[in-house]
Amino acid sequence: MWLKFEPRAEPSRLMTYLSPLLAVGLMFLSGLLLFWVLGKDPIEGFRVFFLYPMRDAYSIAELFLKATPLMLCAVGLSVGFKANVWNIGAEGQLLIGALAGGWVALRFEHSTSPFLLPAMILAGAVGGMLWAAIPAFLRTRFNANEILTSLMLVYVAELVVSWLVHGPWKDPDGFNFPQTKVFSAAATLPLMLAGTRVNIALLFALGALVAGWVFMNRSFLGYQMKVAGQAENAGRYAGFSARRSVWFGMLAGGAMAGIAGIAEVAGPVGQITEKISPGYGFAAMIVAFVGRLSPIGILFSSLLMAILYVGGEQAQQYLSLPSSISKVFQGMLLFFLLGSDVFINFRPRFVRRRK
Amino acid sequence: MGLDFLSSILFATVVAGTPLIIVAVGELVTEKAGVLNLGAEGIMCVGAVAAFAVAYHTHSPILGILAGMVAGMAMSLLFGISALTLMANQVASGLALSIFGVGFSAFVGKPYESVALASVPLVPIPLLHKIPVLGPALFNQQGLVYFSWVLLGAVAWFLYRTKAGLILRAVGESPVSAHSIGYGVVRIRYQAVLFGGAMAGIGGAFMSVFYTPMWVEGMVAGRGWIALSLVVFATWRPLRVMIGAYLFGGCMIMQMFVQGSGAKVTIPAQFLSALPYVATILVLVLISRNRGTIRLNSPASLGQTFLPDA
Repeated sequence: MWLKFEPRAEPSRLMTYLSPLLAVGLMFLSGLLLFWVLGKDPIEGFRVFFLYPMRDAYSIAELFLKATPLMLCAVGLSVGFKANVWNIGAEGQLLIGALAGGWVALRFEHSTSPFLLPAMILAGAVGGMLWAAIPAFLRTRFNANEILTSLMLVYVAELVVSWLVHGPWKDPDGFNFPQTKVFSAAATLPLMLAGTRVNIALLFALGALVAGWVFMNRSFLGYQMKVAGQAENAGRYAGFSARRSVWFGMLAGGAMAGIAGIAEVAGPVGQITEKISPGYGFAAMIVAFVGRLSPIGILFSSLLMAILYVGGEQAQQYLSLPSSISKVFQGMLLFFLLGSDVFINFRPRFVRRRK
Repeated sequence: MGLDFLSSILFATVVAGTPLIIVAVGELVTEKAGVLNLGAEGIMCVGAVAAFAVAYHTHSPILGILAGMVAGMAMSLLFGISALTLMANQVASGLALSIFGVGFSAFVGKPYESVALASVPLVPIPLLHKIPVLGPALFNQQGLVYFSWVLLGAVAWFLYRTKAGLILRAVGESPVSAHSIGYGVVRIRYQAVLFGGAMAGIGGAFMSVFYTPMWVEGMVAGRGWIALSLVVFATWRPLRVMIGAYLFGGCMIMQMFVQGSGAKVTIPAQFLSALPYVATILVLVLISRNRGTIRLNSPASLGQTFLPDA
């Protein structure tokens, strides 16, 4: 007997939505297996990694805090991904957004103006867009592959951050730590719930989800981008501009990642350091795919991804495993999703092997 | 600048370029079969950590390389299952492999971050290593440096002088035609992917066992991605990979160059470290701006999923 995949006449809508759930289930199973292989009690490991992050109100608030940058980045990226624009450099755009917004905060450190925060956020968005504009320009003008250029710029952005916090922007009273001054109260995002670290950036993220939904489902440009992504020739024949798709896809990703960056430094981090983001820009790609590039899906998948992040911290604390176990789960999740997606376009069928 | 300095610069350039050659040649073969595997970075990381662990426990660098190779093949098998058997998007599968590999290597490599390996002795080639300047730079090198040269020649010969190489290229140019005259497209693509994985694994092994020799999270530092760009730079021709690899190798050791030249200007270390990445972008722009060059040289089916007849 041999497993064969037969093409379906039409993609299965049901499987489109079941596939992420299947992937999550497979990830849970492999999690049990992984903890067992590592010599831990699988049930205990599962409980610590997947359930501890939801154990009380404070923990759940932390999940929303971690989900905020993921939601922002993922909704921006999903716009590009729909049109087959592969911006994989959101991490770099996030960092440059943090630097641009952070520059405003540090430059006007004595300001108490209510316009300070809006200016920082605007600067963050512009910073992220500028960083994303480089691969967009190189792609539209010189045909350079945006996957490779946007990724290279992540490394460059990391080095720019490192240079600034070790050099010109280092806090002179910071005991030589590579970090800037702590942002003033006026340059810090207000908290939403007392006793937690959740700040109003969560509202921006939810707003971005709504805006993303409206853009993709109710605007002509959004429709053009979807067509260009699903059927390139049809899009070209209808006269939809491929250039515009690239530009808009990249800039949307850059702007959202930039806002995520400034929201991190003006929120939970509180200053610019070398550790602004634990890979949110990369994890957001997985969030976007698992969320089926739809804002509602992204809402759920970003919370799931937040569990993976917090679970890693819990595993470090209670199971003495390296916190990078989160990234193992992140990678597995994406693999399982891609694998499960075969059922959308194909029907499994057992056939007798020909020979 | 003395001749000794020139020789040591050349030596360091060749060493820095070697993992790029090995990984890029592997990726080139994969791409010639029409498969775009963006997972090279992740494979290198896992190859590096596997090689380091085995070399550390067995005290044998050779076993380390073999472990890196096997780990690389195992990683590329994951990619193959996703992109070839389950027909998932190749770009997404490659990204998944990179994300997974970077994370997995950080996870399993944690216990090895505090230990170091003894450096592996160089292998002088009789007579040749006595040539002034070039001898010490090129012919008193790590064994894998010679391997990279042999590999280049062998792959160039395989692709353009053997029937199997012709078939592989045919699969990359037109999988439908290759399939219709009876070649197993998916099987050949699997072989190409596994070869690419093996080479990326060896490239990673070179980093952790020979180059540094130690393991730290993030030590691969984008070399897998640079190797991917090198394939574009080389317009899918093996021997041009070498030029590009040493060019990038030179960028990577710029720090040493600046210090050695005794230049008065102080450049922040981060600027020099950013050089290879910026150079990669520039090179991609220079090569890609001529759309014809890319269209003429890249395998026609690159990145497209092949659906076997159902």
